[in-house]
Amino acid sequence: MFELLGIPPQALFGQLLLGLINGAFYAMLSLGLAVIFGMLNVINFTHGAQYMMGAFAAWLMLTILDIPFWVALVLAPLVVGLFGVVLEKVMLKRIYHLDHLYGFLLTFGLALVIEGLFQWKWGSSGAPYPSPIPGGTNLGFMFLPTYRGFVVVAALVICLATWYGIERTRLGAYLRAATENPTLVRAFGINVPRLITLTYGLGVGLAALAGVLAAPIQQVSALMGTNLVLVVFAVVVIGGMGSIMGSIVTGFGLGLVEGLTKVFYPPASNTVIFVVMAIVLLVKPAGLFGQTK
Amino acid sequence: MTAQRVMGVALLVAALVAPWFAYPIFLMTALCFALFACAFNLLLGYVGLMSFGHAMFFGISGYFFGHVVKAWGMAPELGILAGVAGAAVLGAVTGALAIRRQGIYFAMITLAFAQMIYFICIQAPFTGGEDGLQGIVRKPLLGGLIPTKDDRVLYYVVLAIFLFGYGTIYRIIHSPFGQVLKAIRDNEQRAVSLGYEADRYKLLAFVLSAALAGLAGATKAMVLQFATLTDVSAAMSGEVVLMALVGGLGTIIGPVVGAFIIITMQNYLAAAGEFVLVIQGMIFVVIVMAFRKGLVGELADWWKSRRPAG
Repeated sequence: MFELLGIPPQALFGQLLLGLINGAFYAMLSLGLAVIFGMLNVINFTHGAQYMMGAFAAWLMLTILDIPFWVALVLAPLVVGLFGVVLEKVMLKRIYHLDHLYGFLLTFGLALVIEGLFQWKWGSSGAPYPSPIPGGTNLGFMFLPTYRGFVVVAALVICLATWYGIERTRLGAYLRAATENPTLVRAFGINVPRLITLTYGLGVGLAALAGVLAAPIQQVSALMGTNLVLVVFAVVVIGGMGSIMGSIVTGFGLGLVEGLTKVFYPPASNTVIFVVMAIVLLVKPAGLFGQTK
Repeated sequence: MTAQRVMGVALLVAALVAPWFAYPIFLMTALCFALFACAFNLLLGYVGLMSFGHAMFFGISGYFFGHVVKAWGMAPELGILAGVAGAAVLGAVTGALAIRRQGIYFAMITLAFAQMIYFICIQAPFTGGEDGLQGIVRKPLLGGLIPTKDDRVLYYVVLAIFLFGYGTIYRIIHSPFGQVLKAIRDNEQRAVSLGYEADRYKLLAFVLSAALAGLAGATKAMVLQFATLTDVSAAMSGEVVLMALVGGLGTIIGPVVGAFIIITMQNYLAAAGEFVLVIQGMIFVVIVMAFRKGLVGELADWWKSRRPAG
């Protein structure tokens, strides 16, 4: 079959793996955006910057404090998530009553400030982060670096855990209820403002966690999240923000589509996700998993 | 009303003598960005559509201008026409898709399309990739009647183009068509229930705004003699939002004021490097948190409160 298409299997599976890894990041980031939007009604433009902060936190912990990757994997999202909580308390909280537009603009401005400051302090060229699990396995049809395999599995676990947390636990039920009708949930004695703050912290923490996972694969740099967040916006438009599972499936799916495009028609690999977005807008404007509102 | 007239005449006189007091290239750049910001504000301020990808029209038009003038050796007028037409067509295609979603999705879709255009501009042969189009020679306008080598002469050409664009926007806003646009902004469902096809109005406004942004982009390429990736980047899309926001959304003169403030700031802070972005980000934050009406909007409010109605 491969000879028929004229594509060597190594190239095909190599690109599919890359696509799967990119898809893992799309899924984790669009998931965080969807969770935040559901609760706060804010499109978090700072998401890319917070992803970058996660990677930087891990890198700083390693180079300055000698904290290993596995500890940073827990610690960095907590630190960045806490930063998110402060941001929500100080700024975001004051603009919920306004049009969505202002949340978008505010978080865009914050992203500029954060990325600018990191660029000023550490420059725009990247710093390498050593792989915590070097080596790999030869699967016969392709070579699988162990860490990359781990990233895909870890991202899947994180996504499914988030889905479980929101769709199947008591806290998740409060969260969903508060998204539907905050006033009523408050009347039941649940502290909705705190719930909102925690949700933002959780979404930001997810972005940072993705950033830590990305650190050993990409270079850690101030602008690593800038373009990524724009692609993730397209992913969110394609999937629609109505469903958690939808975000996960769309994220991984689009990563694979991108990988396949790299094999069959490389010049379009940068733009294919936007083309998919145009097609989805034509066929199903509400998004693949969205409800029309 | 008279106060506004007096101010308008004073501004016009100031614009006419300005090149003898300030650096003409700076003035021309600022005028191009002012027109760009006005075109953006036509959408956000008067139709309530937030386009976060307006750089694609501004930037692509500059490339079209450069290609027509440099590679095909044609007159600059044709280059500007090509830029405006290209931006309008791009506006029609992306606009038709983007208006299928409402609110914040609209912003994300336009942003995503602009990013797509950015990637295309990196790869396409006619844009010169990372280098852009450099050294677009300034040719005389109107078949040799107007020499453009002199910056001061070109300044009056650019001022005329700006006034034409500004006048067009003024006419659009104060026409029956503009009234419908404002009705859609304030209450889309009601406008639809009154029999207006909101989507057609939105699309036409989007195309007009794209074409005017294109006019600004082509003019800027003519003045500075180059077209680069910066003009199609997401950062540029953000910058034009900032200009309109600083001056005041939904005020007709606001974006002009905002553009001059931001361009002046960039001029003085050019040495600060990354800090320009940090400062721009902070301005965003401060305006959203405290001065949502922008400079002109706040001033107008203050003026009104000083002299109670009557």
